[in-house]
This record gives sequence, C-alpha cells and structure tokens, in this order.
Amino acid sequence: MADPMKIRAQMSGDKANVRVLMSHEMETGQRKDSSGKVIPAWFIQEVSAALNGKVVMTAQWGPSVSKNPFLQFAIKGAKAGDKVAVSWKDTKGDTRTDEATVS
Amino acid sequence: MPAALPPRRHRPVALTLSTALLAASAGPVLAQKTAADGIAEYRAMLADGNPAELFEAKGEDLWKKKRGPKNASLEACDLGKGPGVVKGAWVELPRYFSDTKRVQDLESRLLTCMETLQGFNAAEIVKQPFGKGEMPNLEALSAWISAESRELRFNLPQRHPEEKRLYELGKRAFFYRGGPMDFSCATCHGQPDKRIRLQDLPDLRSNPGDGVGFAAWPAYRVSAGELWSMQHRLNDCYRQQRFPYPGYASEATIALGVYMGVNAKGALSIAPAIKR
Repeated sequence: MADPMKIRAQMSGDKANVRVLMSHEMETGQRKDSSGKVIPAWFIQEVSAALNGKVVMTAQWGPSVSKNPFLQFAIKGAKAGDKVAVSWKDTKGDTRTDEATVS
Repeated sequence: MPAALPPRRHRPVALTLSTALLAASAGPVLAQKTAADGIAEYRAMLADGNPAELFEAKGEDLWKKKRGPKNASLEACDLGKGPGVVKGAWVELPRYFSDTKRVQDLESRLLTCMETLQGFNAAEIVKQPFGKGEMPNLEALSAWISAESRELRFNLPQRHPEEKRLYELGKRAFFYRGGPMDFSCATCHGQPDKRIRLQDLPDLRSNPGDGVGFAAWPAYRVSAGELWSMQHRLNDCYRQQRFPYPGYASEATIALGVYMGVNAKGALSIAPAIKR
C-alpha cells in the first residue's frame, strides 16, 4: 500500500486551488541498478480528481513525471466544504485515493 | 538570497566612467536578475509542494508508533527539552546530555532513544548505508522533528565544557585540509563570496542568514528525490572532498554540527527545506 497523499484545497475567488503531493517512486524504466540491470518501469499512469464524487479532471501520465510528484489545478465553481478526491493508478495496478475538504 | 559582494572602492576617474555607463544603460542593467535570484525563485516555486512534507508525515508516524524488540514508541525520548518535548528541540541541537555524558546531535540522540526505549542495536544501525534499513526512518524522523522547530531561531547551548570542546574540535575539522585535492570544508565555506557554478555557498564560519547553510538542513533534495538529514549531507560533503566519511553519528560529524550550529546562532530554521 502506497503512502498517503497530501491534498490541500483552498478557495481563491470562484475557484478552488488544489495542490496535491503524491508519494511515488516513478521509475522510468531507463535506469540501471548497481549490478547493471535495468530497473523496471513503475510510474503513475492515471490520475483523476473528483469534486463531491463527480469527476472533474483526468490525466494520463508517463515516465517523465518526477519522483514524488506535485500536482496543482483549479476547480471552477467549487465551494468551501466540498470534498475533493484525488486518485491514481500506477503501472503495477496499485491505486490510492485520498480526500480533502475545500477551505 | 542576496549576493554578498565585497565592498568596492572606485577612484574618482573610474567612478565617473562607471556612472556614465550606468546612465547609458540604466534600464536593462536594473532589470537583470542575478543567478542567485533565479535559484531563489526556483526554490520558492518548489517550496509550495515540498515533498519533504511526505517525510514529515512519515516521521510523525514513526515517533508515535510502537516498534523494535521492546515494542515501544519514541514518545518518551528526551531531545534536550525534557521527555517527549519535540517543539524547539531541533534549534538547540547538538547539545550535552547528562545521561549519555556526551554531546549529541539529533540523529545520535535518536539512536540512543531507539536503543534504550525500543531495544534496537544502535551500533548495527550506524553501519547501515544511507537509504537502507533504519536509515530512511531516521531521516523521516529528523524531517518531522526539525519541522516542529520551523521558523525558530538557532540557539545552541555552549555552557558545558564538553560543548565547548566539541566546538573547538569541529572548528579544527572544518579547517582541516587533506585528501587527494587538499580540500577542507573551509575551502568552499570559509569566505562570503564563494560559489559552485551558479550557486552561492554559505560562509559557515559565521551566521550566513536565515534559512541558509546550517539552518536549511534537513532538506528534500530534488536531484536525489530523497530527504537528506544533516549527517547524510555531511557524508556528501566528504564525498565531494574525496575524503573517507568519518562515520554516521561519529564524534567528528557531531563536532562539525556544533561548530556550524553555534556559528548559525540567531538564524531562522526553515528545515526541512528544498534543495536542487
């Protein structure tokens, strides 16, 4: 089980500013270990964000996203107290979903 | 970070000339950013969403979790401000501890607590390479403990004779030149205007300012994708000097911590910071 994400969602004007910090190795599949063997690729492939259960954003990621990725986006029309849920799925099929309340 | 430039004295002729040049190109010259400004901007952009936060959360968890052969948490650990007091402890370390009768930095103190409270074998942990075994746990703990003292000012005690002795020892280690390149810590960190490529190097003989030098570690290192504790940072300094590493939590590394920490008196801690 992956480590939890850190999600902060704050209102600024009519938009909720969402900042997400994810904990993930994000192996590109291009690196070699000390014995010269290629470290297999392992990265987040799908990301989605939902506002009160309704999907507002989906993204497809590749191997060029950094380790421990930071994602920032804005949701128009969100209100304080709304629930923002972010989920990801990686190449090993592992998933993680975390939720935050808009403040 | 303001670029620290040595004071320049102009002779009258040179002054007139430079004033004339400045007047001709005042606009573009004033608008230009220095490399240090660029790096400061980059750090500010990264600071929002510093992955060190992930390590802080892990460290807090580890502090409270029952672990080790004795199945105990670290909550009774005395970091110098009484058992269990974490806030403000980081900015007063390394310091003398009467129970172990020696000066300890955060990491050597954590090792003591892990041994006495949790039953771990500290001597075994010390031998582990960075990134293996208990090392990531120690680094996560140092991330959380230092974060609890964020925005506090460094104020290391220097009352005990041992603390004074380690300051002198650290000073000697700092200026000790050797290795295939005849380097010392002071080669890079012993003047106010040194830099490596575009990065300004803090002058660690004095307080280089808030959130700079000693006051900026532990930090998340973007290039390594890892959080580095002070001991890990020192390890890299010695690697860059082509010195053998003095050993994890050894007296030499603690002494360097005392020297840099005492010199940084009054500096604001921003740890865990983010570094390129």
